[in-house]
Amino acid sequence: MTIDTGNKTYLQQSDAVRARFDKIRQREVILEARHLGKKYISAQGEVEALRDINFEIHRREIVCVVGPSGCGKSTLVRTLAGLEKHSSGEMLLDGKPVTGPGQDRGMVFQGYSLFPWLTVKKNVMFGPEMNGASHDMAERDALLWLELVGLDKFANAYPHQLSGGMRQRVAIARALVNQPRILLMDEPFGALDAQTRIKMQTNLLDIWRNVDITIVFITHDLDEAIFLADRILVLKAHPGEVQEMIEVPVPRPRSTAQFGGPEFRATKQRLEELIHPPVQHEENEDEKAIKPHLLRFTHVTDNVE
Amino acid sequence: MFGTGMSNVSGWLSKSLMARRHALQVLGSFLLPLLIWCAVSYLPFIWHPKMLVEVPGGVDYFRAGMLVDKSVFQDELTSMQAQNLELPQGKPANPIYLPAPHEVAKAFYTAFTKAPEQKDLPWLHESLWHSVTIIFWGFLISSLIGVPLGILSGTYSSMARLNEPFIEFFRYLPAPAFGALAVAVLGIYDAPKISIIVIGTLFQQILIIANTTRKLDPTIVEAALTLGTGRLRMLSRVVVPGILPDLYRDQRILLGWAWTYLIVAELIGTSSGITWFITQQARYQHFDNVYAAIMMIGIIGFGMDILLGKLGRRLFPWDRSQKKE
Ligand SMILES: Nc1ncnc2c1ncn2[C@@H]1O[C@H](COP(=O)(O)OP(=O)(O)OP(=O)(O)O)[C@@H](O)[C@H]1O
Ligand SMILES: [Mg+2]
Repeated sequence: MTIDTGNKTYLQQSDAVRARFDKIRQREVILEARHLGKKYISAQGEVEALRDINFEIHRREIVCVVGPSGCGKSTLVRTLAGLEKHSSGEMLLDGKPVTGPGQDRGMVFQGYSLFPWLTVKKNVMFGPEMNGASHDMAERDALLWLELVGLDKFANAYPHQLSGGMRQRVAIARALVNQPRILLMDEPFGALDAQTRIKMQTNLLDIWRNVDITIVFITHDLDEAIFLADRILVLKAHPGEVQEMIEVPVPRPRSTAQFGGPEFRATKQRLEELIHPPVQHEENEDEKAIKPHLLRFTHVTDNVE
Repeated sequence: MFGTGMSNVSGWLSKSLMARRHALQVLGSFLLPLLIWCAVSYLPFIWHPKMLVEVPGGVDYFRAGMLVDKSVFQDELTSMQAQNLELPQGKPANPIYLPAPHEVAKAFYTAFTKAPEQKDLPWLHESLWHSVTIIFWGFLISSLIGVPLGILSGTYSSMARLNEPFIEFFRYLPAPAFGALAVAVLGIYDAPKISIIVIGTLFQQILIIANTTRKLDPTIVEAALTLGTGRLRMLSRVVVPGILPDLYRDQRILLGWAWTYLIVAELIGTSSGITWFITQQARYQHFDNVYAAIMMIGIIGFGMDILLGKLGRRLFPWDRSQKKE
């Protein structure tokens, strides 16, 4: 099932990219999902959010998860974090089953999750202190990580004094200071403006290059997924199932100049085919119930178009 | 450098302007009722339903300084005219229970400067102080039980299911109804009064604080979980600091409620404190003193709330909702 985009498809990889993927595959598997399933029991009945999810993520890979709204992206990442219990299958971190939340999996949330009563520095110190580090050790680590995300000058500010982008930087530092095996991110840049978002993406890649960290990144922005990811996990909705695991053929190191490039376009086209199938009336179930009925509130002669 | 200096200056300017406007509004909200009171007191044509007799004239039961209804005065006046007797003279006045502002102001002042008429009776400020100590102990005991219980109920749903139905029931029982019981159990002095304040405050306190605890943003708790926070530490390091500004606000409101139970509490057993002062003065129809005492309660309550509000802003610099107050 290959679709031509010009004379290149998203499955064609340059030698360098193929060699890179071979190298990744040789690294140990850090996170593995086997027949993972999740059902919510709610007042409206049972919702099957995830069904039979299988994947393996290797050390220091960046895997982005995309899919239509309500397909279970957040459920997946929350299950990986241990914030939700899966209903079936299993999930292995370094070969060991995951039971609850733990410092081996850091998480950055979409909304602002910083502790508003703590300064930026104290926010970052929170994790090490919870895990038994001394105050001095925690403080030293916190300052180090704040420097890495470029916020050392704001160490003593409160979260509400920072911009959205700065807060998410602190959230990243706060997660990474715990030295987790894997960093889970649920649409962390979703609320930021386009310019800030690009900066954050570039900065995240810089951090990833210098730190031994594996990233699972949820997004609904396809450009963001292609820009960041080694592989993209595409989910479909109702129930949430794996549709395809795409190896991104865009070579590394990544730069914003690659956005219009042929590999980029080919990958994006494939993603769009998967997420927005050409048959338009097959909408997602939540949206189907919503049918706006428009009334005219202005005078018949008062036209804007 | 210059740019930030400028913005600081303009920021300071607008802030001081805001503060002044704010103060004016506060003043205005007090000024309007005061103006109405003055108008009713000093402008005879507005209300003044009574006549203050100055010269009794031929009316045998009139005495100088007596207050009579306007219609009665008019009747007597016409009947004196008919009988060709000396006419009574008087001027329009308000009922005894509505003293003029200056009379209340004077009572307010003399309450602190002139010793009470009977030697062994307490001064106004002594009565007030007694009331304040009752409130203090009542609210302290209530909070020592209510705050921890509320936070636990808000955090653990099993805990809430265990005690909330009973509390929901109990809070509908009016606290004053327990007055006689409290006296029988705790004697006639301060203990039953304090217990009425505790009963009046505690049950609301548990429910309100449990609710506030439940409103803590779940993302914050989840973030703490992913950072490796254990169960006990979650309570002390995340839940409590997370709700602290709201908890403080709740406590301020609850303290106001405790004040409203004060009057009932002080009537129980041997009447005491400011309530005793007020009932005593009302009995002798010293309504200027009654108003002065009521106002004193208002000033103490309001002043305390303003002080606590200012303290709160200092204690919780991260809390943005407080800046809007
Ligand atoms: N706590 C819950 N109880 C019941 N159903 C839930 C719960 N959380 C999510 N769901 C359902 O599970 C499905 C997946 O939700 P989820 O939030 O994981 O989707 P998502 O892909 O993250 O969506 P979005 O793109 O809007 O963030 C949805 O149908 C949703 O209604
Ligand atoms: Mg989501």
